[in-house]
Amino acid sequence: MLEICDLHASIAGKEILKGINLSVKEGEVHAIMGPNGSGKSTLAQVLAGHEAYEVDLEKSRVTFLGQDLLDLPAEERARLGLFLAFQYPVEIPGISNSYFLQASLNEIRKSRGLEELDAMDFDGLLQEKMKMVEIDPGFASRAVNAGFSGGEKKRNEILQLAVLEPRLAILDETDSGLDIDALRVVSEGVNRLRSPNRAFVLVTHYQRLLDYIVPDFVHVLYKGRIVKSGGRELALELEEKGYDWIKTEEDAGVPA
Amino acid sequence: MATTITEVPVFDLTREHFLRDMRRLAEKAAPAWLVKARAEGAANFADTVWPHSKMEEWRDTNIGALVDTEYYSMTTLPRHTLAAFDTSPHRIEGWINLVFVDGFFDAAISDTSDLPKGAVAGSLAAAIAGPAQDLVKRHLGSCLGARSAYTALNTAFIQDGPFLYVPQGVELDRPVHFLCIATERQENVVSHYRALLVLEAMAKATVAVTSVAMGAGENHFDNVVEEIVLGDGAALTHCAVIDAGTTGRRLCTTETRQGRDSRFDSYSITLGGAIVRNQMCVMLGEPGAETHLNGLYLNAAAALIDNNLHVTHAATNCTSRIAYKGVLDGASRSVFTGRVLVVRGAQKTDSMQLNNNLLLSDTARVESRPQLEIYADDVKCTHGSTVGPPPPEIVFYFRSRGVDEKTARGMLTYGFAEDLAGRIPDPALRRQLDGIIYRRFSPGING
Ligand SMILES: Nc1ncnc2c1ncn2[C@@H]1O[C@H](COP(=O)(O)OP(=O)(O)OP(=O)(O)O)[C@@H](O)[C@H]1O
Ligand SMILES: [Mg+2]
Repeated sequence: MLEICDLHASIAGKEILKGINLSVKEGEVHAIMGPNGSGKSTLAQVLAGHEAYEVDLEKSRVTFLGQDLLDLPAEERARLGLFLAFQYPVEIPGISNSYFLQASLNEIRKSRGLEELDAMDFDGLLQEKMKMVEIDPGFASRAVNAGFSGGEKKRNEILQLAVLEPRLAILDETDSGLDIDALRVVSEGVNRLRSPNRAFVLVTHYQRLLDYIVPDFVHVLYKGRIVKSGGRELALELEEKGYDWIKTEEDAGVPA
Repeated sequence: MATTITEVPVFDLTREHFLRDMRRLAEKAAPAWLVKARAEGAANFADTVWPHSKMEEWRDTNIGALVDTEYYSMTTLPRHTLAAFDTSPHRIEGWINLVFVDGFFDAAISDTSDLPKGAVAGSLAAAIAGPAQDLVKRHLGSCLGARSAYTALNTAFIQDGPFLYVPQGVELDRPVHFLCIATERQENVVSHYRALLVLEAMAKATVAVTSVAMGAGENHFDNVVEEIVLGDGAALTHCAVIDAGTTGRRLCTTETRQGRDSRFDSYSITLGGAIVRNQMCVMLGEPGAETHLNGLYLNAAAALIDNNLHVTHAATNCTSRIAYKGVLDGASRSVFTGRVLVVRGAQKTDSMQLNNNLLLSDTARVESRPQLEIYADDVKCTHGSTVGPPPPEIVFYFRSRGVDEKTARGMLTYGFAEDLAGRIPDPALRRQLDGIIYRRFSPGING
């Protein structure tokens, strides 16, 4: 469903993604790991359509569900079924979680020719999903992420994921800053949403998330390239040995 | 502030019109003390020039258009009935709605009030003519400092306007709504509203003053002075809602004098008008008084909205909070001045002010000027102000959830404005304002 071919992107004149190749099929779970600053969030943001990044359109090709993703503005990517759980979700003072999510869900439904949900129906849906990700019902009327703890913000991203039911969800370090209970809740939420026609890309630093959400593939991103891919065992190896062996291998093999 | 004439103006037709109206008003019977008060207003008016941009207080407030108009005062026009207009959208459910039309109370379309014994809510004209005359005489003008040619003009034309009196220890269980309508049935009509609200010691009330324009005429001008007297321990919640339409003009000076441990909660909401200046002056003259001035201005097209606040801390242990928010669109001009003066000896003053402005266009301008003047050493005074567009990272967050930029900005603007309206304690008024703000900013969202 997602085909990334030779993706190059830069910010402020600095090239960050230097030729990413990745293929994600329906139902698969991919984990992307890699040292700080290697470009993981950049990849996630570029896929979501953040315009601060300049994509080299000569080289790069990305298709999502058969459409040329790089041609679409961010909102249309979301309507098509792409979802990014942000590493740092922003606070939106003055707008309640439920108002925000209702607007979002209805935009997505509208684009698919579905009827919009009224406040009553939406409330029912929201209550159900909040129960699923174990969020206090009081959060519905609180301003989006405003004053939420780090863990609450991450959990809120998963709530949005559960409500919007995308085809492809990219989770950028959703596990960072979570305590063990929250990690369980988030993973259970994701596992429940796993389905044959939905795929996940998990960006993470920690093998422990992958104990809960078992990936089909693990990739290592280093200096803007995927330098290693493997199965679940690659994550265990990284956990044990760190990134140094990959860095040494790469820095020796790749001319500066 | 005394003003000297710096330029000899050419023949001033606007002034001539006002002077002619004054002579007409003088022909009407009135109690001697009122005649004297008006005469003092007229004399002050004669001594002042129209405010102009070289005056510090009016530096960014170009009201030249006001001086270029010959106004017709309602003292010289027959009273108008409101039969042609539907006031119901502007009335507040469950409140005592008292309606003023072009400056004068209209009993026929007002609610009758069953207030507690001794309390009066209604018209200043009726109070002047009735048993409350001594009260009016005692308090009228007691708050007003020398301000400008316009406040002097208002005094010269004192006739009618909102009047509220709450005796000692009495709490009004129903809020009072003064609905002031400019009918705009012809061009250039001026109304010199004079409002007087008096709460004796330990009295409590909630009041709203709404100014709306209804009709086809243009350039109506409300020249308003409002005096508020709060006795020791009194508490007043005061909401002003101003929608002067697209061509209406309005200058309003509200002067509040607070007694010991009294509390004033003000919400000033400007929704429209060609030129609107809200001057809000609070004198904290007794220890322990507390004042909370909240404001929202939604400025679009080519309008000018000026909020000019003066808070004087003249006693110890007083608290002031100023929180004004603006939404600026089109080629609008906005001015915010928050002047807090802490006089010598006003120790333990606690003052905070914030002015946040959401900029929706490249051509809108705002001057945000917090001014602190402090002559005491044991005080806590802070201020802050922001001006900017909706943060791009927030807009992107919306877009990443399928909401396009235009809708996102609408929702953000609604949230920004609603935050202020949402603080209004009365649910009926809060709902009404929330509806207005929602309709204005939140396109296409299924509520
Ligand atoms: N606005 C920017 N201007 C300049 N450089 C930037 C900007 N944003 C990101 N970068 C750089 O791009 C590189 C990749 O950043 P990115 O956030 O994608 O890394 P990451 O792999 O997600 O790291 P982490 O594991 O710390 O989250 C970093 O070197 C970062 O400093
Ligand atoms: Mg990152």
